Amino acid sequence: MARPKHSRLTFPEPAFRPGDIPDYSDVKIAEAGAVSLPPLDVEPRLLRNHAFSIIRILRRDGEAVGPWAELLTEDDMIAGLRQMMTLRMLDARMIAAQRQGKTSFYVGQLGEEAVTIAFQRALSPGDMNFPTYRNAGLLIAQGYPLETMMNQIFSNENDPLAGRQMPVLYSARDYGFFTVSGNLGTQFVQAVGWAMAAAIDGTDKIAAGWIGDGSTAEADFHSAMVFASTYKPPVVLNIVNNQWAISTFQGIAKGESGTFAARGLGFGMASLRVDGNDFLAVHAVAKWAVRRAREGLGPTLLEHVTYRAGGHSTSDNPEAYRPKAESDAWPLGDPIERLKLHLIKRGVWSEDRHKQTEAEIRDLVVTAQKAAEKHGTLAGGPSAARGGIFEGLYAEMPLHLRRQKEAAEKYR
Amino acid sequence: MTQMSMIEAVRDALDVMMDRDERVIVYGEDVGYFGGVFRCTQGLQEKYGKFRCFDAPINESGIVGTAIGMAAYGLRPCVENQFADYMYPAYDQITQEASRIRYRSNGDFTCPLVIRMPTGGGIYGGETHSQSPEALFTHVSGLKTVLPSNPYDIKGLLISAIEDPDPVIFLEPKRLYHGPFDGHHEREAKSWKSHPLGEVPEGHYAIPLGKAAIRRAGMDVTVLTYGTMVHVALAAAEEQGIDAEVIDLRSLLPLDLETIEASVQKTGRCVVAHEATLTSGFGAELAARVQATCFYHLEAPVRRVAGWDVPYPHAQEWYYFPGPKRVGLAMRETVEA
Repeated sequence: MARPKHSRLTFPEPAFRPGDIPDYSDVKIAEAGAVSLPPLDVEPRLLRNHAFSIIRILRRDGEAVGPWAELLTEDDMIAGLRQMMTLRMLDARMIAAQRQGKTSFYVGQLGEEAVTIAFQRALSPGDMNFPTYRNAGLLIAQGYPLETMMNQIFSNENDPLAGRQMPVLYSARDYGFFTVSGNLGTQFVQAVGWAMAAAIDGTDKIAAGWIGDGSTAEADFHSAMVFASTYKPPVVLNIVNNQWAISTFQGIAKGESGTFAARGLGFGMASLRVDGNDFLAVHAVAKWAVRRAREGLGPTLLEHVTYRAGGHSTSDNPEAYRPKAESDAWPLGDPIERLKLHLIKRGVWSEDRHKQTEAEIRDLVVTAQKAAEKHGTLAGGPSAARGGIFEGLYAEMPLHLRRQKEAAEKYR
Repeated sequence: MTQMSMIEAVRDALDVMMDRDERVIVYGEDVGYFGGVFRCTQGLQEKYGKFRCFDAPINESGIVGTAIGMAAYGLRPCVENQFADYMYPAYDQITQEASRIRYRSNGDFTCPLVIRMPTGGGIYGGETHSQSPEALFTHVSGLKTVLPSNPYDIKGLLISAIEDPDPVIFLEPKRLYHGPFDGHHEREAKSWKSHPLGEVPEGHYAIPLGKAAIRRAGMDVTVLTYGTMVHVALAAAEEQGIDAEVIDLRSLLPLDLETIEASVQKTGRCVVAHEATLTSGFGAELAARVQATCFYHLEAPVRRVAGWDVPYPHAQEWYYFPGPKRVGLAMRETVEA
């Protein structure tokens, strides 16, 4: 049947598919230093350019330029570089461990390391993140023990979550890291509630919410924005736009026009878009947004533009939906390489030192893994896999569960 | 002792708890300035200020989602979901978040949260203001589900719910708010004024969650019920002249299995009555448990009386509602079986 002339739908498509040669040469990206630094008490409606353009500090040649630059000491930057390298090493080792059957599943953050690690450096003890499954950098940035992360990943006898959660869905209250839900978007609005509580309680603690580009399509994103814009609690709401939600590119969540940051403008919320592969820029906008929150100036929406260089998870094969070379062609580069270049340019780092650091980090991660594996993995050894499933659902076990526990023991 | 309606008893419980515990925060749609569409929060904003009692946007997933964040912080939110029928947008937050915070984090975080919801029909509310979704909550691991039937209970149970360290779904039968409705819609409505359970003690008292109340002791048949249907079952027993033991469950989860089992083992017969639709309703759970633990005491099949498996109709409300005649005949047939 012929379709009437004006009957149409748009089905957004990514620029490149497997077999294409990815070419971003015609993509216009704002120069580093081009976007202004607004005052903390800026009227959100004046931030249109900040929501549509992109805040960058590191130039292609490694120079840090513009009004957002110079917030971090060289020690801070070196520490951040080491943490990014640690996260990358952890990812590589754990993906290999998954292939060896030591865990069921793993989610890495290859290419996105700067977002969480630079952001966490802007928070203070007592603040609370509501992370997604791709935010392990929030823990790494605080020196959370690698062995404990691996104990969780391996569901071994020292797993702090007693084998109940899928790998990487950590929980670490003392590190301001809320228990990660395997569902998408649900925790964005919980972050807003936590921030409301902090304000009700009369503290200066703040919350940070995390969501992916794909999950902004969930109703929970809208709920979080409504509550955040209504009550203006001390919260920073982070969208990590890594371009890909499993196999669907960000245009399926957002359509082909506008930016994710621009969604905040309609809510009257301060909204900034930042180069997520630029460690200095992420930290600078994080610090700006965190200070606004802490000083009672309201919530901020941040879009971190980055690229998921690895698969969605160990269960994913990205070559089935995008060109293999796309991550190399990605115009915002690699966050570790960019910070490394900047530090070399400053004369405080070198290729040799980088290689040496890489070797040190490898030793640290391998040592932690050996220690964790002594307590078992999903493949064998001591494990959290037996028993304990009836405990801790309620503070006090109800009668029907006590009876089920008896039955489970009898028929095990 | 003061004579109160269920609305006044809810308000009193909130007042007592807000006064005792600064962490108790009350919010929901129309809850702040106006005091709620059923007036359960009237005066609380004025007394405790906007930080403790405030209006929320029409966004149930946001109300529950923010409350989870508050509970994780360490506050004790007690939110109002204006009608139980409106809770579906929040269902994900309730069933996959609130219920699992303690478990999945192995106690690293907890979620002491109360979600109050007016439930049930009998007010010409049609399909979207009459539902009884309790089975959608009792099916979820990690939640507690409470459903009181009178002013004395609703205050004591709400206080327990707010003090409970885990998330509690608190269903308030809206047809009972102003009086003990026994299903005789054609008769003049009664108020709680002359009812013994309308007498509510002042101040703090707690009724433990998971303890049923025997509203009428009897030998012929056990009636397991809750909410509005407690009053219907009591009327039905009188009208049929049956010596029924009417058990008001009060809390569906945790469930007072011991009281249920002792009663059915004594009477040897059991009728389960609820207003929610029949198929996969909480009555199915009760019937299954009764047959599993009381089978050799049973003289007749366990009988369920419930709402028909259709959406709650508007004009045909009383054809749908399991009134005293339907419940009474089920009791009679079970006793005579």
